[in-house]
Amino acid sequence: MAFGAIFVPHFSLQAVERLESGIRNRPLVLVDGPAPTFRVIAFNHLANQLGVTSGLTKAAAAEFQGVEIRQRRKEQEVAAHAALLDAAWSFSPLVEDTATDTVLLDLAGLTTLFGSHENIARQIKSRCSALGLDVHVAISANAETARVLARALPGPTIVPDGQEADPLKTLPVALLSPGEELAEVFRQWGVTTCGSLAALPVLSLSECVGQEGVRLHALASGNGNRPLVIAEPTHLFEESLELDDAVEELEPLSFLLGRLLDQLCLRLSTRALAVRTIQLQLELEPRFENAFDSSREFLRARQLPETLHCSLVLPRPVRDAKLLLKLLRLRLQANPPKAPVQKLHMRAEPDRPVAFEGGLFLPAVPDPDKLELTLARISSVVGESNVGSPELLDSYRPDAFRMQKFSAPSPESSSAPSMPGEAEVSKMGFRFVRPPMPANVTFQGGRPVRISFQGKSWNVVQASGPWRASGEWWEENGWQEDAWDLELGFPGRAPARAVYCIVFDSRQKKWFVRGSYD
Amino acid sequence: MRLHIESALAGRVASPFRLREAAPPLVVPTGIAALDELVGGLPRGGLTEIYGPPCSGKTSILHSALASRTRSEVCALVDAQDAFDPGSSQASGVYLPRLLWARCHGLEQAFRCLDLLLHGGGFGLVVLDISDAPVRLVRQVPLNVWFRLRRAVEETPTVLLVLSRESNAKTCASLVLRLEQEAVQWSLKTRKAMRPALHTPGCLLDGSAHSAEIVRSVPRYKKPRFIDQPATVADSFEAKACFQTNADPYDMQEALPHLTLLPQQEERIEDPG
Repeated sequence: MAFGAIFVPHFSLQAVERLESGIRNRPLVLVDGPAPTFRVIAFNHLANQLGVTSGLTKAAAAEFQGVEIRQRRKEQEVAAHAALLDAAWSFSPLVEDTATDTVLLDLAGLTTLFGSHENIARQIKSRCSALGLDVHVAISANAETARVLARALPGPTIVPDGQEADPLKTLPVALLSPGEELAEVFRQWGVTTCGSLAALPVLSLSECVGQEGVRLHALASGNGNRPLVIAEPTHLFEESLELDDAVEELEPLSFLLGRLLDQLCLRLSTRALAVRTIQLQLELEPRFENAFDSSREFLRARQLPETLHCSLVLPRPVRDAKLLLKLLRLRLQANPPKAPVQKLHMRAEPDRPVAFEGGLFLPAVPDPDKLELTLARISSVVGESNVGSPELLDSYRPDAFRMQKFSAPSPESSSAPSMPGEAEVSKMGFRFVRPPMPANVTFQGGRPVRISFQGKSWNVVQASGPWRASGEWWEENGWQEDAWDLELGFPGRAPARAVYCIVFDSRQKKWFVRGSYD
Repeated sequence: MRLHIESALAGRVASPFRLREAAPPLVVPTGIAALDELVGGLPRGGLTEIYGPPCSGKTSILHSALASRTRSEVCALVDAQDAFDPGSSQASGVYLPRLLWARCHGLEQAFRCLDLLLHGGGFGLVVLDISDAPVRLVRQVPLNVWFRLRRAVEETPTVLLVLSRESNAKTCASLVLRLEQEAVQWSLKTRKAMRPALHTPGCLLDGSAHSAEIVRSVPRYKKPRFIDQPATVADSFEAKACFQTNADPYDMQEALPHLTLLPQQEERIEDPG
């Protein structure tokens, strides 16, 4: 039986650094509190070297040269905690969500999968590092010892079975998190380390400080074993980024989107999942012209800023952050935010990744990821409703179809089903004129003899019709028409070759050219 | 000298003085037997241009080719003037779920879409239909665009088919076909599913006959010919064929392909437009 503990030191700070990897090498200060009296609550070692201390005001912290100041964001910490849990679940399904910055894992039986405990600890550390978290890892035969050691030592710390008390001896007793009263008692007794607490007689300790003292004694002795409270794996993949200065251009916005997508894809790949749907919500800054309006309505509007929603549904699960970024960029180019963006919230709905195996003797089909990108790019050129595969509607109305989203067929369905209308002889093709072109038709003896459209006049050589049809008369958009097939020719020129279909719209009382036979 | 060169290149070049014939390109059928017999099919990895006046049969060939390819591959149609008719194409046998249709409104959109599709890859047949685009604008497309398109499909299994009113791709095309409409067939007698009660006495559009002429075919003309040797039967070929298209949607099962090779015609039929 072995337990692992993962602890994230300076959790709030790392939650910020996780989304801004470049900021790790600069002095960083985190401020929090009610506006405008922000106070420094955390800082990295570079800021510490400059002399930044906790409790400084934001203005005072800004006096230090080169210091980056960030405000504490709850959403970022929630996302960082979710990433920590994702890393833990990628090793063991038995994970306890101990605290925001600490998780415990049951490692029983994992040595057959990952090797020795040293290997497991190293892999946990590197996986968390890939997710942007620099963590402490400890493995011990009991969960509480692992937790205490992870909080105290950067590790990886591996405690051999039966020697749990040894590494705890020198650690301060404050790591056991005694209550304020008990901590004062220990201070008066001169008990400063876990070793000195473990040396006290349990019976006397119980008489003096009660059961809490006994519990802390057991922890200090390395006997603090307990069953884990197992957390159910969740499929909540969300990332947020709130900006101090709103972003107006699409280019810098795409950098920020890239960061969020990188994190989401990393977390999903850690859990062996992929993205099926991306929901992006952009919170927009109130419009500039409204800034001069101090009416009550405006103030209410400020409390509820405008948001832009953008969703991306993929035909198959994808884990490629670059591809997703390109698709999102194309979406935003087509529908750009109408005001600077001050907050980004991204949510991914996961799905199991699908693996395709192409056959040697099967025809090539477009790579689904590439195809998705190509379709998005074509959509940005011709419009989303103008690209796809046509589907005929169950209607007698001419030219009744709708566009469906085109998706590459899977290799399994590479051969098309035998179609009932499969032609053995070539059929005459028809070309539509969209929208139908108005025409003037001259009749003689009940038959069309001359037609003019597009500024040209044609003689009717041969005519067939009228082919009367109507439908959907019970609805508002009903239709009724007389169609004619005409062989046309320029006057004085022979032979005539063009064959057109013209219709008389009985509702509009007008003639139109529907198309030509080609 | 020959021995010296051969020995110098030994191990690097197998036979330096042997004329290597380029492997014939893979072709796919158009779905029209007369055309397949004439041109052998549409070459993969090459640009095929089919041009002709309106109603000369370009769309019928397009539908046949799509019907033939969508059975096993994914095809794309870049429709410069949004003229494609899904209904008649499905009746011709096109499997619409395998067809990506980009409905463009102008040449610029069409060429941009075509570029994206060719660089995306994976399509068996990509068609650019600029038949209805104004001829004046199509003429202004620079030749380097056609070269770029040819380069984009080279060494790929994609068939690039361009339908237009005039020949534009020139030497960039591996195969150029010119189409003409020979006759329009109107009749009432041959119709099996005649419903005289519904129509006024008159004729019905039954179909049309078209002729196709090879203007350029790289695979065929690349065959080496020796001036001191007489041309063999295999070297001579017909450059023109006729095919028919049927307009009747009801008696497709009984219609038989009327596909015959015709001799060269001296007289060129002028474009009525």
